[in-house]
Amino acid sequence: MSVSAQAGAAPVRRFAGRSKRVLPGFGLSLGISLFFVSLVLLLPLTGLVVETSGMTWDQFVFTITDPRVIESYKVTLWTALAASLFNGLFGLLLAWVLVRYEFPGKRLIDAVVDLPFALPTAVAGITLATLFAQNGWYGQVLAKAGIEVAFTPLGIVVAMAFTSIPFVVRTVQPVLEELSPADEEAAVSLGASDSRVFRKVIFPSLWPALVTGIALSFTRSLGEFGAIIFIAGNTPYVSEVTSLMIFVRLQEYDYAAASAIASMVLLVSLVLLFAINLWQGRYLRRLEGR
Amino acid sequence: MSITIDRIKKSFGKFQALNDVSLDIPEGKLTALLGPSGSGKTTLLRIIAGLESSDSGRVLFGGDDVSNLHVRDRNIGFVFQHYALFKHLTVAQNIAFGLESLPRRSRPSKQEINERVAKLLEMIQLPQLADRYPAQLSGGQKQRVALARALATKPRILLLDEPFGALDAKVRKDLRRWLRALHDEFHFTSIFVTHDQEEALELSDQVVVMSQGQVEQVNSPTGLYARPESRFVFDFLGHVNVLSGVVKGQSLVQGNARVALPGVVNNQEAQLYLRPHEVQLAKAPVAHARLPLRIEAISLIGSEVRIELAPEGWESNEIWEVGMSHGEFACHNPTRGELWYAIPAVGHLFAGDSAQPETVDWHSTAHASAANM
Repeated sequence: MSVSAQAGAAPVRRFAGRSKRVLPGFGLSLGISLFFVSLVLLLPLTGLVVETSGMTWDQFVFTITDPRVIESYKVTLWTALAASLFNGLFGLLLAWVLVRYEFPGKRLIDAVVDLPFALPTAVAGITLATLFAQNGWYGQVLAKAGIEVAFTPLGIVVAMAFTSIPFVVRTVQPVLEELSPADEEAAVSLGASDSRVFRKVIFPSLWPALVTGIALSFTRSLGEFGAIIFIAGNTPYVSEVTSLMIFVRLQEYDYAAASAIASMVLLVSLVLLFAINLWQGRYLRRLEGR
Repeated sequence: MSITIDRIKKSFGKFQALNDVSLDIPEGKLTALLGPSGSGKTTLLRIIAGLESSDSGRVLFGGDDVSNLHVRDRNIGFVFQHYALFKHLTVAQNIAFGLESLPRRSRPSKQEINERVAKLLEMIQLPQLADRYPAQLSGGQKQRVALARALATKPRILLLDEPFGALDAKVRKDLRRWLRALHDEFHFTSIFVTHDQEEALELSDQVVVMSQGQVEQVNSPTGLYARPESRFVFDFLGHVNVLSGVVKGQSLVQGNARVALPGVVNNQEAQLYLRPHEVQLAKAPVAHARLPLRIEAISLIGSEVRIELAPEGWESNEIWEVGMSHGEFACHNPTRGELWYAIPAVGHLFAGDSAQPETVDWHSTAHASAANM
């Protein structure tokens, strides 16, 4: 513990030695934080790797390339992509409305945005399944238009979008609030049309946050389970998501296979988050003039 | 392009920001809107720009009513206090923004835009910074870029909202001079908002003093300083020494202090306003004035020695200030704690409730006594 704490503190210490630090409690707070991160994140992840390493390479490859599992990757990826892109659009709109306009009930809507986080995902899943079922409130209307949502991959998209929309709203909202009205006024005084102001002035400040929000929404959707299984129908090769495949393997007491598939989800999520962080760090550094 | 402001009213909730303001801004001149915060000067500027709409009244550019014209169609350049540069665009892209926003048929070619931008970069003396981002510039450089950006589309009117407010003193002075030179070269009609009286008097051709949503006085800087028309303008422009008292026997009297006021109605309250340069110090009182003061502080910095004095045997809300040349200072060598007498040469009297001052001139007598000193 103490070793990692020192390693983390090293670059800071070059500028200000322990005795010169103004804020107290650096060592203690960093130590507790790292301990906690290890306990709840790193240790379980290590367990995952250890569990998987019980398999031979061939077994591992066989497990993760099972046709039914491969099909679940495809379903999960495209539904998560669809859901997060939808959230990108709708979440941006919602954040925009919440920041830019005053209207009665604004605070209520602002609070409701967090509901998908607060609601148990199983509850969300059951509710959505009921609403979108053939005889549900939405399902009836959609059925007339020939659209089937419940028990199809479209249902997966709906469940994913519902559970991950707060990621987009809550990442975009503070950035929108920070935007200086003077920038927009300057653009308009230079003769820019409303759409040009949005494209050239507002959006460039906004999109790093928007991309982060969409990426968070996407990775969250990759692992979503509770909300999806109630509405997806879970037809093999059609509407099975990867998290369900993990669950199925667990029910068969095949822990190794379950963790092998889980490690794939983990890999995709981590690579995506790292890539976004790197790219965003570069973009923001340029704006800050470093 | 002259600007006419016709009976503009504007309120924010219960706060009356502008109360029936009418004003003429002459073409090709640099006009300052001067006033304390909350006087409505920025609101007025934003209404002229079209960034804010007035509750009633009209704005005319060269005789044309533009009250209902959108800001983007008013063809104005606007410079913000905090620059408002687009931080994700380079300096050159920032300057080109207005040109690229023009409708397709009037938009110059890419080549022409690049040439215009290069020329503007020359003009603001920053051609080497074309590819930098705003975050890499100093405050003064940012404001120059903002100015170039506002001027790129050749606006008929340039509006500046506290353009030097966020800069430090040295840069502010440089930029002020530079803006004046630029204005003299291009002669656009410009209005700038400031709360800094020195800036307003130094930079502008015409100063509009505002207070509480109204125009107090409009005049050239010299005219304004020499002939303030109200107590507010007096107080706001530079330091002023005040003697308030009662007129008795043709003199303004308070405690130990007495100043002769020939021809003024007796038995009324009055205030005498004296600029630091309108007062001299002497070792003894003179026939027309007896204003005993004790020296509190002496400041030698600047082209003039500034002496701060406290009334002796009478009262004043604020400390008195008298200027003295370094030559005079060396000759008389006043020191802290000494008792001196202020000898006014010219004064401005507000008698009774009158809002307008009356100039009192003791010049001939004062001259004689100063020579005796």
